[in-house]
Amino acid sequence: MNRWIEKQKNIVDFTLSSLLRRKGKNIALWLVYTLIVFVLASVMFFTHALKREAAIVLQDAPEIVVQRVVAGRHEMMPLNYLEKLSGIKGVTGAKPRLWGYYFYSSAKANYTVMAPEGFGHKEGNVMIGAGVARRHMINKGDTMWFNAADGTALKFTIAAMLPTESELLSSDLILVTATDFRRLFGIPDGYATDLALTVRNPRELSTIAAKITSLLPDTRPITREEILRTYDAVFSWRQGIMLAVLFGALLAFVILAWDKASGLSAEEKKEIGILKAIGWETSDVIVVKFWEGAVVSLSAFAAGVLLAYVHVFFSSAVLFEPVLKGWSVLYPKFRLTPFVSAYQVTTLFFLTVIPYTAATIIPSWRAATVDPDAQVR
Amino acid sequence: MLKLSDVRKVFNAGKPNECIAVDGVSLSIEPGKITAFTGPSGSGKTTLLTLAGCMARPTSGRIWLDGREITSLPERFLTEIRRETFGFIFQQFNLIKGLTTLENVMLPAYPTGKKFSALRKRALELLDLFGLAQKATAQVEWLSGGEAQRAATARALINDPKVIIADEPTAHLDSHLSNEFMEIVQGLNRQGKTVILASHDPIVHESDAVTTIVMMRDGKVERVT
Repeated sequence: MNRWIEKQKNIVDFTLSSLLRRKGKNIALWLVYTLIVFVLASVMFFTHALKREAAIVLQDAPEIVVQRVVAGRHEMMPLNYLEKLSGIKGVTGAKPRLWGYYFYSSAKANYTVMAPEGFGHKEGNVMIGAGVARRHMINKGDTMWFNAADGTALKFTIAAMLPTESELLSSDLILVTATDFRRLFGIPDGYATDLALTVRNPRELSTIAAKITSLLPDTRPITREEILRTYDAVFSWRQGIMLAVLFGALLAFVILAWDKASGLSAEEKKEIGILKAIGWETSDVIVVKFWEGAVVSLSAFAAGVLLAYVHVFFSSAVLFEPVLKGWSVLYPKFRLTPFVSAYQVTTLFFLTVIPYTAATIIPSWRAATVDPDAQVR
Repeated sequence: MLKLSDVRKVFNAGKPNECIAVDGVSLSIEPGKITAFTGPSGSGKTTLLTLAGCMARPTSGRIWLDGREITSLPERFLTEIRRETFGFIFQQFNLIKGLTTLENVMLPAYPTGKKFSALRKRALELLDLFGLAQKATAQVEWLSGGEAQRAATARALINDPKVIIADEPTAHLDSHLSNEFMEIVQGLNRQGKTVILASHDPIVHESDAVTTIVMMRDGKVERVT
C-alpha cells in the first residue's frame, strides 16, 4: 500500500512538472476551456434563473384577468362590471386592479405603477423596486417627483423598498395608493385597469371565460394559462437565441476536444516512448495524462462556473443583455436571484470535464501501447 | 543470460516498403561480459538491441532471459523486465527536456514506488559518481554532449539493473569523451553488470574492454569474435 501511495505521489510530481514544462500551451488551453465553460454556464444559469423568476411571477397571478376592449385596444374597465362577473357560477371573487406604465423622462426609464390592495402607507407615499432605486440613486425617506396627467407635479416620499425576492417582478415597480394612482394617471373613480377573478375549479376556466365573453362582449378574459403561454413564448424565443450561443460554445468545445483527441505532438509521443522504454507501464502513462487533463479541465471548469455565476447574478448577464432583455419586457436593469441547482452543474460537468479528460487519455493510450522503440528511435 | 533463437524482425510487413531489419539471428549473450554489436549502417544492430532489451517484439523467433522465454509475455511483464533488468542509454540520449538532470535520472524509478527521498539520494549519488553533482538542478537542455551522455548513463543505473544496453553511445562524442565513456562501461562491468552495445565506432568495438563482438550485415550475424 505504501509503495502504491509513493508511486502515485511520484507520478503526480511528474505530472505537475509536465504541466509547468508546457506552461504556454497549458495556459492557452486553460483560457479557452474557461471561456467555453463560462459561456455554457452563463447560458444555463441565465435561462434557469429566468424561468424560475417567471414561475414566481405566475405563482400569484389571478386565474382570470378581464380587460375591456374598445376597437381592439385595451380600455378602462367600469367597476359596475364587477357585479355581473361575480354572479357567474364558479367565480369565487372579483377584484379591480389599478396598474399602468409611467415613462420617467429624466431617467429615460419606463416603470410599472400599481395600486395594490392593502398598500399600508398613506397618500403621498410610495414603495419602489431595487431597479428604480438604483436608477435614481434614492433610498427610503427620499422623494420622487412625477408629472400627473393634468400637468401638475406630484411629490412622493419613498416609504419603503420592495423586497428583492424576485427582481424580475419588482425591479421596475412603484406602488402607490389608489387615490394617488388615479390622480397621477387621471383615471376617474368607478374605473379600473382590469379585473382579476378567482375561480373555484381551475378545470372550469375555459367555460367561465366563454361565459364572460357572452355576458360582456366588450371584454377579453385572459386565463393564467394564456399568460403562461405568453411568458413561454417570450422565454422560448430567448432560449432559442441562447441555444444558438450554446451551440456555438459546444462546437468550440468539440473542436478543442477533437484537437486533443486527434493526436499528440511529436514531442509528446517521443516522451511517452521514452517513459515506456525506461520502464513506465502503459497505465502509469495514462495516469499522468489523466491528471494532466483533470488539472486543466477541473480548474478551468471551476473558474468558468464561478465567472458565469458572477456574470449572471452580479453583473446582470451584461454580455447577453443586448440580445436577451427586450426593452418592454425586462426594463429597467434587474438582477436575477441567484439560483443554481446541482443538476445544472452536474450536466455541465458531464458535458465538459468528462469528454475532455477522455479526449486527453485516448491518444496517450494509443501512443503508449505502441512498442517504445518505434517512438524513441 | 540472453538467448536469441532464429529471431526475425520485419517492419511494414506485406507493404511495398517492407524492411527485414533482423533476419534469423541466433545468439547467446553471456552474463558479466561486454558484448558489442557492430556493422555498417542499416545492418540491424539497433533493432537487435531493442529486441534484446524487450523494447520491441520479434516478428518470429524466440528470446530467453535467464532461461525464461520472454517473447510471448504480455506488455505489462515486458515493462517490468525493462524496468528491473535493463538500463538503457540511447543514441540521442533521450533525456526529457524541461526537466532537471536530477529529475531525469530519477524518472525510471518513479513507478517502482520507492520513497522519493531515497530516490533523490540515490540519483544524487549517481550524479556525483559521474561528476554531475553541480548540474543536478540544471535543465538537461543546458548540458553539453558529454554531460548529457553521463546523465543518460546515471539514469540507466538508477534501478540498479543487471544489464546495461547502449545504442551508439559515442555517436555524439569526441574521441576523448568516447574513451571516457568506455572507461565508465568498463567500471560498470567490473561491478558485475552485463553490457550490450551497438556501435560502428572503432573506439567501442576495438576497445580491450569488449569481450564479444557480433559483426552484423544485412540483418544477419556475419561472425562472432
